Amino acid sequence: MVVQIEDSQLVKKYIQGDEKAIEALINRHNSRLTGFIYSKVGDRELTEDIFQDTFMKVIRTLKKGAYNEEGKFLPWVMRIAHNLIIDHFRKHNRMPMYNSKESYNIFSLLGDEKLDAERQLIKEQIDTDLVRMIKELPEDQQEVLEMRIYKDMSFKEISDNTGVSINTALGRMRYALINLRKLVEANSIVLTN
Amino acid sequence: MEKIYTDKTEKCTLVKARPETIEFLLAYSKSLDITETKGLQFESNLN
Repeated sequence: MVVQIEDSQLVKKYIQGDEKAIEALINRHNSRLTGFIYSKVGDRELTEDIFQDTFMKVIRTLKKGAYNEEGKFLPWVMRIAHNLIIDHFRKHNRMPMYNSKESYNIFSLLGDEKLDAERQLIKEQIDTDLVRMIKELPEDQQEVLEMRIYKDMSFKEISDNTGVSINTALGRMRYALINLRKLVEANSIVLTN
Repeated sequence: MEKIYTDKTEKCTLVKARPETIEFLLAYSKSLDITETKGLQFESNLN
């Protein structure tokens, strides 16, 4: 008949300096803990890393004499592993974070990046207003603004394309923006979504 | 009679941490030393 020493006994022996005790504990719970970690992370290498970190923490805590959960060794180890798994996912942003308040909004987790119908309409309105106002600008300013904003050209490229110096192109852009602001004010247009 | 081939190509192995990981942990345990001075604990690794 094989008599199995209780976890709590092994923990006690380990704290007293018996290194064999930790070996017995690791081997006893190896399969269960590995299975638990693997079921959460689904990656063999990562499971190995988290298993290692878990027992390193266990060893440190036991050696420091900070363990006080006699008889509940495995749940304690599982909790350490669970926390390390959460830390891993937080670091890699794979799990959405939500607080435990009752008022949390599920749509803040499920929402996509797209604008909703109302905001989409507002955006279209703003775009139309802007295009209309740009057309009211003097032609040289209009040209620089379109190249810079819509064609994403650098001022060097604008200067090459229009045959004016970079400073002139910069000046035209500056005046284009000043005049646009004046037009926005004059027409009482709200350009925010 | 039809031949039945029952050779298993894949064996299901029990998920367990590798022996190297266990060895590392045991070595870590042996080398870790905690000393306490004036209520402060210090960790040192005696390799």
